[in-house]
Amino acid sequence: MTEYILQVKDLHTSFFTDAGEVQAVNGVSFNLEAGKILGIVGESGSGKSVTSYSVMRILADTGRITKGEIYFKNEDITKYSEKQMHKFRGKHCSMIFQDPMTSLNPVYTVGNQLMEAILLHTDKSRKQAKERAIEMLELVGVNEPQKRYNQYPYELSGGMRQRVMIAMALACEPDILIADEPTTALDVTIQAQILELMQDLQKRLGMAIILVTHDLGVIAEMCDEIIVMYGGRVCEQGTADDIFYNPCHEYTKGLLRSIPDISGSKKRLTPISGTPINLLNLPKGCAFCARCEKAMKVCLSYQPEELEITPGHYASCWLNVKERMEPGKEEARHEF
Amino acid sequence: MSSEYIVEVSDLKQYFPVRTGLFKKTPLKAVDGVSFKIKHGETLGLVGESGCGKTTVGRSLLHLYKPTAGEVKVEGTTVTPQNIGSMRSKMQMVFQDPYSSLNPRMTVEDIIGEPFDVHKLYSNKKERREKILELMELVGLNAEHATRYVHEFSGGQRQRIGIARALAVNPKFIVCDEPVSALDVSIQAQILNMFEDLQAKLKVAYLFIAHDLLVVRHISNRIAVMYLGKIIEIADSDELNSNPVHPYTISLLSAVPIPDPKTARSRQRIVLEGDVPSPLNMPSGCAFRTRCKYATEQCKEQCPSLTDRGNNHFVACWNK
Ligand SMILES: Nc1ncnc2c1ncn2[C@@H]1O[C@H](COP(=O)(O)OP(=O)(O)OP(=O)(O)O)[C@@H](O)[C@H]1O
Ligand SMILES: Nc1ncnc2c1ncn2[C@@H]1O[C@H](COP(=O)(O)OP(=O)(O)OP(=O)(O)O)[C@@H](O)[C@H]1O
Ligand SMILES: [Mg+2]
Ligand SMILES: [Mg+2]
Repeated sequence: MTEYILQVKDLHTSFFTDAGEVQAVNGVSFNLEAGKILGIVGESGSGKSVTSYSVMRILADTGRITKGEIYFKNEDITKYSEKQMHKFRGKHCSMIFQDPMTSLNPVYTVGNQLMEAILLHTDKSRKQAKERAIEMLELVGVNEPQKRYNQYPYELSGGMRQRVMIAMALACEPDILIADEPTTALDVTIQAQILELMQDLQKRLGMAIILVTHDLGVIAEMCDEIIVMYGGRVCEQGTADDIFYNPCHEYTKGLLRSIPDISGSKKRLTPISGTPINLLNLPKGCAFCARCEKAMKVCLSYQPEELEITPGHYASCWLNVKERMEPGKEEARHEF
Repeated sequence: MSSEYIVEVSDLKQYFPVRTGLFKKTPLKAVDGVSFKIKHGETLGLVGESGCGKTTVGRSLLHLYKPTAGEVKVEGTTVTPQNIGSMRSKMQMVFQDPYSSLNPRMTVEDIIGEPFDVHKLYSNKKERREKILELMELVGLNAEHATRYVHEFSGGQRQRIGIARALAVNPKFIVCDEPVSALDVSIQAQILNMFEDLQAKLKVAYLFIAHDLLVVRHISNRIAVMYLGKIIEIADSDELNSNPVHPYTISLLSAVPIPDPKTARSRQRIVLEGDVPSPLNMPSGCAFRTRCKYATEQCKEQCPSLTDRGNNHFVACWNK
């Protein structure tokens, strides 16, 4: 049986704002296998970051998990006390953020911050912690780690800072690393260095990674499993090959059509028409319905059921349901 | 005087004096001898690492900075401080950030109409309004939204507003500085299509700056690759992609994440070691030599210039 390090079940997260309840995540479920890389893609505002923040329970004050469970090694962490969460975040699950400058403290040296992180979550002595910090800098490929240890974040380049962030996240050897757009702010050549580093560390340390990005290229290069999100829901889930070569949700198909062809042909792009949905006022049926060219009557009023297309490949689209129904029987359930 | 080219740039240099000590100023050579030509209705892509000088090329080309040296010709006429006012109606710029490049206190109508007012391009209010609505339609904005403020629009719509404003003076050439980088892929596709449609309709030429090489390849006829203030390779788009020569270009292309799992699995990334050198402390000779595995003594001593490799392909490298 597959061992899951993290299982998210029917997660709902909302923000309670003056304008009303923003339903950012609306029933997200996924399983993360130990030692694997899971990618989360979807357009801006689809709930990728809020899903990750929910797992770490670092939501803004107005945000709350309103429903669902998150199992870490069979324990539901949504029931954890703040103290237990603190330990979970330090020992078992770390996160790296998009902008390394906002997550490093500008007034302390790189080494100081790294050492404090280690001291906080382990029972190492200061001397041991410093040794470990330098070891970590070396591990993530920061040159001259002894010298860098005493430098301030602004003295480092963007790629170097992102490495320091990764070193910090890995200092306590977490079981899970959540990386929210870890390379979006970086150049392609530096991005390649960081992605290579993450793959290498994942193999060597055997940790699981959740990689959040809107870059389909990064997803294709890195991930074992992929979740495609739209409007706070998972619309499709499967392996990289499932998603790229056999997309079964109209949003996934639209996403793949809207990127330039890798062969370099100048074929005209096919954008997804329409505008993103309003999370203050979620539609009753499929969230993508208003932008879907193949929408049917049923899509307006009922949320699509999730179907297993092939083993491990799931999609929530009424078209798949319709296709599976025996001819003549469609009327039996809904009006398509 | 007419010319085959809309823009000809020769040996453009843009140095910024940067304080490096109490009394010491060191020139930061952001652009250091860049030359290229763009034909009417053509798109030249410009790529390279962050800080290599792409935006500065665009800005000094339009004389938004006073170039330190070099010459820019537009339709055969040299741009000077005296004639820049009238030249501005031929060249425009679209900026990267659709959020900060538009004034939040102005309505869309006033933003797009501003160049009309500056260049006095209408005879009465009615004509002004008609022209504005025409432009809004051209870039795919709903005319009913003319009186709305910028913050009421999405990123993609804001980018359209910026483009409509650039088009107001009927330019022949537009510098597009990362115009789609801040947008979602599905919106990106809409804007890229719009650039192509406008080009087909208005025969406008673009200098298209972007860091997404798939996007640049899609939209450009030719591509120039920059490294630390210099163009190190320039060729037709397909030629550059199928036959890159400069070691930097090769590693850049190999590092682009490919949205295709099979290709991604089978190819070899060439990951460059180290960081880009500081532009204040540039290596002697070829600026790329500190990260280049082919570097020789010659690369240390002399900076290579672009040489013709046939097939409209130019490369600046001693060893390749
Ligand atoms: N603190 C908050 N208060 C109210 N709404 C919020 C808050 N944080 C996030 N949201 C909303 O939740 C939705 C999901 O946001 P999230 O940050 O998860 O998107 P994302 O998929 O990560 O997008 P991006 O690709 O732009 O990072 C958005 O509509 C966002 O506006
Ligand atoms: N006004 C200025 N004063 C001083 N230095 C500047 C100025 N503008 C740019 N520079 C420097 O010139 C170099 C080139 O900058 P430029 O913005 O052109 O790079 P770029 O290629 O557009 O980078 P990016 O991809 O990050 O936008 C950088 O080292 C930058 O710090
Ligand atoms: Mg996010
Ligand atoms: Mg720039």
